[in-house]
Amino acid sequence: MPFGLLKYGLSGRYPAKRLLPQPAELKSSYDVVIIGAGGHGLAAAYYLAKDYGIKDVAVLDKGYLGSGNVGRNTAIIRANYLTPEGVAFYAESLRLWRGLSNEFGLNILYTERGHLTLAHSDASVRTMRWRAEVNRHLGVDSEVIFPREIAELAPALDVSEAPRYPILAALYHPPGATARHDAVAWGYAAGAAARGVEIHPCTEAVDILQESGRIAGVVTNRGTVRCRRALQAVSGWSSLLAAKAGFRLPIQTVPLQACVSLPLKPFLDPIIVSGSLHTYIWQSQRGECVMGGATDPYGLYTSRSTLDFKEGLMAHVLQLFPCLAEVTVLRQWAGICDLTPDFSPVMGETPVPNYYIDAGWGTWGFKATPVCGKRLAEAIATGQVPDLLRPFRLSRFTEFRQVGEKGAASVGH
Amino acid sequence: MKIMPCPVNGPRNIAEFVCGGEVIVPPDPDACDDAAWAEHLFMRTNAAGVVREWWYHVPTSFWFIAERNTVTDDIVRTYLPDEIFGTERTPHREPGRA
Repeated sequence: MPFGLLKYGLSGRYPAKRLLPQPAELKSSYDVVIIGAGGHGLAAAYYLAKDYGIKDVAVLDKGYLGSGNVGRNTAIIRANYLTPEGVAFYAESLRLWRGLSNEFGLNILYTERGHLTLAHSDASVRTMRWRAEVNRHLGVDSEVIFPREIAELAPALDVSEAPRYPILAALYHPPGATARHDAVAWGYAAGAAARGVEIHPCTEAVDILQESGRIAGVVTNRGTVRCRRALQAVSGWSSLLAAKAGFRLPIQTVPLQACVSLPLKPFLDPIIVSGSLHTYIWQSQRGECVMGGATDPYGLYTSRSTLDFKEGLMAHVLQLFPCLAEVTVLRQWAGICDLTPDFSPVMGETPVPNYYIDAGWGTWGFKATPVCGKRLAEAIATGQVPDLLRPFRLSRFTEFRQVGEKGAASVGH
Repeated sequence: MKIMPCPVNGPRNIAEFVCGGEVIVPPDPDACDDAAWAEHLFMRTNAAGVVREWWYHVPTSFWFIAERNTVTDDIVRTYLPDEIFGTERTPHREPGRA
């Protein structure tokens, strides 16, 4: 066997395939410039090229490809939101997720494992019922289930009366899924690059160039690139870039920390979320428990980790899974998130014509990657913001028409 | 444990405090239009660097102002709101007054 493997590795018959071409020289102008080579930016570039034939596109990133939140999230995909606008939007994302591995020719490990949002109080049982009704009305599979059924889906979960906050019920969302987040970035990047899109890592947008009130280009650390249209998709840095374009955002940048345990034998199938305990946990294909909680209590532009976070999170994880008491944390990390006051994103037009924005994704952006890319590409290509994105426009704040998703978007409240 | 130097209670665990957001002077609600009011309610500078914020010590119900660096996570300085707003706006700090 080892000799066979060596022979395979050394023979020239199976050369290693390069997923992405070497970055080209930065041209002086493009039709579309996308700032931020994260999931959303790369997806927008991919759908611009694939659906609309717009290939004169540059995706710029100040770091390396996928160095931001596309590689830092906890990879959970679901559509069981609270508002009709949110549910319709994420339901379309779920439909796109299902076809991605085939579309890319790259296995993104998309795995539908079911998603349980636990309720520990009468008030949260009521919210779960509300979400289940809104979901079903819009064709999203969700139902409220009770401890006996919860125990069948997740036998390791403590559903007894013993914990301080016993589990009363759960919102069960069977299509809840996970995917390998890095592969999503690679798949979109490779698909976009194969269609002629240029991806430029280590290219920081330093300023936004405007002429007669319209977007004219982007000043970068590698020179100025002119463009007809641009999109900013830079998560935690959204406010800073928007300030360079001359407008303000309803956003606070806050770190979100997460961690994984040592690998364990498979014991947990569904994704478990508890809003009251500020906790979510699922077991990856490698056997690690992926765990996260609320955002940090104050705004920061740094991805440092704290002991406070781990102490608080583990206390809650052990209420749900006392069997994990002896298990140690293997690694931890953080990403910086752009939180909006209504817990909904900001997508579409900005005060600068032809300068589009994708921001305010807070702690819930990964699951929206496909739909966000597809619909923003439509907005950029046609100049018309699709109806699906309209509720999330930046001007909703001046119109006092927020989309309140606090009850379903995050565990940090 | 991260320490917040409270100007009244001294150095305490930062978990005892709540951040109240950027120090901004509200516009006159009777004089400003809806757009200006929305700007005041929702839009934030969200600066990377030293910011000036309201902070609240929960156990003693005490509001004060902290200047801290949002890139390095250092607390630069904390002080009473009097320093910005004068003693008129915080009569509870004046000895001998209600």
